[in-house]
Amino acid sequence: MHDANTKSGLFTPGNIITGIILAVGAVITFIRFTQGIGAVTNLSDNNPWGIWIGFDLLCGVALAAGGYVTSASCYLFGMKRYHSAVRPAITTAFLGYFFVVVALHYDLGHPLRLPYPLVYSQGTTSLLFEVGLCVATYLSVLFVEWSPAALEWLGLRKIRNVVVKLTIMLTIFGVVLSTLHQSSLGALFLIAPGKLHPLWYSSFLPVFFFISSMVAGLSMVIFEGTLAHAGLHHKMDETHLKEAEGVIFGFGKAASFVLAGYFFIKTMDIAMDNDWTYLGTGYGAWFLVEMFGFVALPSFLYALGVREKNVTLVRIASINAVLGIVLNRFNVSLIAFNWNLPAADRYFPHWMEIGVSVFIVTLIITVYRFIATRMPVLYEHPDYKDAH
Amino acid sequence: MNRRRFLTLLGTAGVSTAMSAVGAKKAVAAGNQSFKGYKDSYGVLHDTTRCIGCRKCEQGCNEVNKLPAPKVKFDDLTVLEKSRRTDSNNWTVVNKYNVAGLDHPVFRKQQCNHCLEPACASACFVKAFTKNPDGSVTYDGSLCVGCRYCMVACPFNVPAFQYDEPFDPLIQKCTMCHPRIQEGKLPGCVEACPKEALTFGKREDLVRIAHDRIRSNPGRYQDHVYGEHEMGGTAWMYLAGVPFEAVGQQEMGTKSAPEYTAGALGSVPMVVGIWPVLLTGAYAISKRKEKVAAEEREEAVQAALAKARDDAAKALDTALAKAAKEKDAAVTREVKKAMEQAEQAFEEKFAALRAEGQSAENGDDGEGKEDA
Repeated sequence: MHDANTKSGLFTPGNIITGIILAVGAVITFIRFTQGIGAVTNLSDNNPWGIWIGFDLLCGVALAAGGYVTSASCYLFGMKRYHSAVRPAITTAFLGYFFVVVALHYDLGHPLRLPYPLVYSQGTTSLLFEVGLCVATYLSVLFVEWSPAALEWLGLRKIRNVVVKLTIMLTIFGVVLSTLHQSSLGALFLIAPGKLHPLWYSSFLPVFFFISSMVAGLSMVIFEGTLAHAGLHHKMDETHLKEAEGVIFGFGKAASFVLAGYFFIKTMDIAMDNDWTYLGTGYGAWFLVEMFGFVALPSFLYALGVREKNVTLVRIASINAVLGIVLNRFNVSLIAFNWNLPAADRYFPHWMEIGVSVFIVTLIITVYRFIATRMPVLYEHPDYKDAH
Repeated sequence: MNRRRFLTLLGTAGVSTAMSAVGAKKAVAAGNQSFKGYKDSYGVLHDTTRCIGCRKCEQGCNEVNKLPAPKVKFDDLTVLEKSRRTDSNNWTVVNKYNVAGLDHPVFRKQQCNHCLEPACASACFVKAFTKNPDGSVTYDGSLCVGCRYCMVACPFNVPAFQYDEPFDPLIQKCTMCHPRIQEGKLPGCVEACPKEALTFGKREDLVRIAHDRIRSNPGRYQDHVYGEHEMGGTAWMYLAGVPFEAVGQQEMGTKSAPEYTAGALGSVPMVVGIWPVLLTGAYAISKRKEKVAAEEREEAVQAALAKARDDAAKALDTALAKAAKEKDAAVTREVKKAMEQAEQAFEEKFAALRAEGQSAENGDDGEGKEDA
């Protein structure tokens, strides 16, 4: 990638678009922090949470689940053939969580007080406290899990070897913390039974969020793999390329099963709460779109793709599943939330809110490219072949 | 006893007292008792059948809380044509409801209901909200992070946020005039009401008054005091002549907000406790499997090797034996051949010698005969 530093390499169409997004993002950032939240959002007293929570936080955390899913299957469940997928997954998870926290600063009225719940005044009865505590801890865990890549790049062998010895413990921490905060993000809405549509409201919301985070993690590993193959193929070593197909089919198969189970428990929940009559309404139709188009369909496509050994089909299924996660989080936090308010009081994001979200996603991709082109993420460092 | 030791002892005593206090609270919680509100806490009863929609309460609130002057004056009643909610500058609003089959509109005042177990306080992750013993729920802006989860959590859509304040945006809501109650005064709205549609008093008394009114005025009221049990009970309660849905008050259920989240919060320690055990188990199982697989592989390799070695040895032996046999045969054959040759040579020689001998004898005889 050294040629990227020359002038002709810098002004590629991709880089120009990235540059424009970053520039617009910088301007919106300036307005947000000088004029207030009201200047750049359509948030209101009835709709205190918009896409900065619905997308940046809820989807960001869910889609970064690839970290715990991959490292747990490789290190804890002994699926060593996914080893080459662990580093890219940990890297994206770390970046995902890091930028979730960055994005949160836009949404908070007092962003500088973000550490308050941890160090100053602990509101332990709040599920948001649990989310905050776990995300903060998990971000630290992810940083340590990811650090060997940077340490190998920097040539700090001794520290790197110490960190590598912690792998199993860190992975267990990661799963515990992920279970807690992935589910707590769903549990945030437990306190508002009157505001969330009964088809989505359930006392099992935390379980649904946790189970679907596994789907998100598995699917994102496949989806990110697709992107990385398109852009960073030359950075992958033989092991990575050789194992890539196994990862796609293995994770696809797992995702198919988890989605099927998720479909089942969601249906059970409708039965338990006896919400069948709502299925005949407009929200019911929308709920069925989510269930059949974005849970059942990807489950089927995954199964078909794995059986036919069709990489393209599995990749399509992964995109379908990822969109399904985004749809679900949007439904819970925005679309089916405040469903009984009149249309005039409902929320639709301001373009600058979308701008910030696009800005954050672009930042993640840019930093990922920076890391993956320099550090041993998609390949093993020749000096550290032992085990990373 | 020096100063440090004294302080240490004092600290220990303090901690143990605090611990016992915590323990006592825990015991109550474990006893599965619900919190029915502070004893002798205050509340307000809003009788919507008396309310005339004059907005004097809004004005009173604005004045005692020193809120910004309104865009539309409080005596302008045209604002009632549109449904409003509380916002950062208006901690209370009155709405007009046209109810089918009624020849006059119904007015209902809206403000913080000061729940006995407030959703906002339960949801706040920095404990910025406090349920005070006087019944009011107050907010400390110096702790607020501005996450607005209280607004999501509040079932009555009461807390409002200062979205246009760039540097110190805070939540704004009715305080039930907590500072005035502390001074022995009435809340601003109650004091301003000209029709006694608002009654301030101890909550227990208000519940009794409300039910008395329902009983002694047959047909005037719905037999329901909204807020007596809704969301675990609220300090503000309502009487109405029409179903409460008609004046914008949803059916809420009687569970308090914390009851909805208690299960999820309670499972945290279990996850923390059980997951590491299960995962370490999974790790151990996969490790063991690997080890067994490696051992089996090793065994198989050894067996294969041994077999190969055996086979090779056997083949060698056979080959050797065969070779030996062949060699023996060859030797025997050679010996035989040599002996045969030797025998033949001897025979030949012997025959030759005999023939020579015979001829010599004959020669002698011949000589002799010749001689004779």
